[in-house]
Amino acid sequence: MSLALSDITLTYPDGDTRLTALDQVSLDVPQGSLAAVVGPSGSGKSSLLAVAATLITPDAGTVTIDGQNTAGLTRGELTGLRRHKIGIVFQQPNLLPSLTAAEQLQVMTQIDGRDPRTARDRAMELLHAVGLADQAGRRPHQLSGGQRQRVNIARALMNDPTVLLVDEPTSALDHERGGAVLDLITRLTHQQATATIVVTHDRTHLTAVDQIAEVHDGRVHLTATNR
Amino acid sequence: MGQYRFHRRKGQAKVVFVAWRDLQFAKGRFALMGAVIVLITLLVGLLSGLTAGLGQRNISAITSLPADKIAFQAPSGGQDLSYSDSTVTEQQWKMWSKAPGVESAEPLGITTTKATAGDKSTGVSVFGVKPNSRLAPQGGKITGSAVVMSTAAAADLGVQAGDSLTLAGRQLKVTAVADNAHFSHTPVIWTSLDLWQKTTPPTSTDHGPTATVIALSTTSEADTAATDHQAGTRTVSTEDSLSAIGSYTSENGSLQLMRGFLFAISALVIGAFFTVWTIQRSGDVAVLKALGASTANLLKDALGQAVVLLVGGTLIGTGIAAALGALVAGSAVPFLLTPATVLSPAVVIIILGALGAALSIRRITSVDPLTALGSAR
Ligand SMILES: Nc1ncnc2c1ncn2[C@@H]1O[C@H](COP(=O)(O)OP(=O)(O)O)[C@@H](O)[C@H]1O
Ligand SMILES: [Mg+2]
Repeated sequence: MSLALSDITLTYPDGDTRLTALDQVSLDVPQGSLAAVVGPSGSGKSSLLAVAATLITPDAGTVTIDGQNTAGLTRGELTGLRRHKIGIVFQQPNLLPSLTAAEQLQVMTQIDGRDPRTARDRAMELLHAVGLADQAGRRPHQLSGGQRQRVNIARALMNDPTVLLVDEPTSALDHERGGAVLDLITRLTHQQATATIVVTHDRTHLTAVDQIAEVHDGRVHLTATNR
Repeated sequence: MGQYRFHRRKGQAKVVFVAWRDLQFAKGRFALMGAVIVLITLLVGLLSGLTAGLGQRNISAITSLPADKIAFQAPSGGQDLSYSDSTVTEQQWKMWSKAPGVESAEPLGITTTKATAGDKSTGVSVFGVKPNSRLAPQGGKITGSAVVMSTAAAADLGVQAGDSLTLAGRQLKVTAVADNAHFSHTPVIWTSLDLWQKTTPPTSTDHGPTATVIALSTTSEADTAATDHQAGTRTVSTEDSLSAIGSYTSENGSLQLMRGFLFAISALVIGAFFTVWTIQRSGDVAVLKALGASTANLLKDALGQAVVLLVGGTLIGTGIAAALGALVAGSAVPFLLTPATVLSPAVVIIILGALGAALSIRRITSVDPLTALGSAR
């Protein structure tokens, strides 16, 4: 299994008690497949994504990425794991204002300690895949909201991740663009063979996903599988 | 599937990528900060040149003495050494000449008085020396009625070798013009010790010929404490004796204080700029961390950016200071242009600025990558 969450429990301090954000959550995502996690605001979706991204260590349970249990890894090793194996598509595009679209992708090579200039071809290939080849030289403020979101997606794929984690990809887009972005994520999941989780409060556009899980108060229930 | 481990790469990113792009993108902001660094460096550079130049006019006659130690009359009652208060007797310098490890002990009389030639007059420091003394340039030419003048004294009075001048009511002949020596902001005239004694009002009852201090050339065998005790003197190194020049201590002290404040201000201003800058980009830093950038890599990037700005700014500031210094060199402005006066403040500003920047950039360490997730940034 490329991404496996098993029996994850996560609590946050809440006054004198603790708030259970994730309650024994298990979710398996095979390579090349797309899982949607659907739930209302405050149900624990972002927490689930943060645990899968190794940004939060859960109180209990294990996160396995590309066959490796992440529990024993040091901070530095987790950072390296994120760099090499995990692609994150943020809810906000989170692009760096000083960089062009192509450079947003090349940064991924730089933070890996390699010369970003060597990654130009790979960046152009991915910009082409998200339909932005002709916008490569533009800075974020010169791009539309949808274009920024597509750069955000392309950046997540730059280092060939095993796992792709997508947070509310359609929340800032209109219906048509939202559908296009989900189509794009589905296509890239198959093309790049990633284990993808899309977290959303919006049930529309979920026709092509491989499995749908619903969250309520930190409990996740598998509701549909298309495979 | 095998264990996933990470190997540290040798020679990580040669290119300071994001930081470099930020420099280009936020041109205006960095240009403003760069200009501040240029101006501070310029100010410190000019002040350093001025401090050194003014210092020269206070001390050069002493620092150029062929002596490693200076013996003063032991001041009474815990007072500080002072060139203006000291009087040594012939007995004392004879005692010093005979002391072990002392190669030479020569009396030196110092007074500030007025010299006149034609219708020009100027304040001068009269340095009285024994016949053929090494303490004066061309000491062999000095007699009871012939003096050697420093270039500045000769220029102020408009005299040359062979001309005459009046010093303390006596008509004297200029036998040579040599060296650009100053003492306490007045140019030096070297005379015989006998003549010097006549220009100086007697300080106490006559104990035979006197001088102000004794210039000593010593070897490591010299036991200055013992001889001081015996002769009733107090001996310090030539370097330490500079603080016995009243005008030098106060002037140099306040100028160095100003310089110190400027250094502190530059570190604080640079620190403040990079604090604001780092806070502004903490959102970007969180994103980069979430994407897998190591904190070390981000710190290196940010520090590289600060150093580029600092080195660029100080180089320009130093260049302007050096150009202005060269422009006023040789004029009446006491500006000393040497690598030490111009380059050392630049180096200090770079080091202090980098320190200030490092302290502000340090907050990158505490940025939580989790803040990049979610809707609010
Ligand atoms: N850092 C935190 N500290 C305390 N409580 C938190 C924190 N993050 C999230 N929560 C709480 O955990 C629950 C789940 O939040 P979240 O995972 O953000 O849900 P969603 O993304 O579905 O809106 C909410 O009740 C939220 O208030
Ligand atoms: Mg959320």
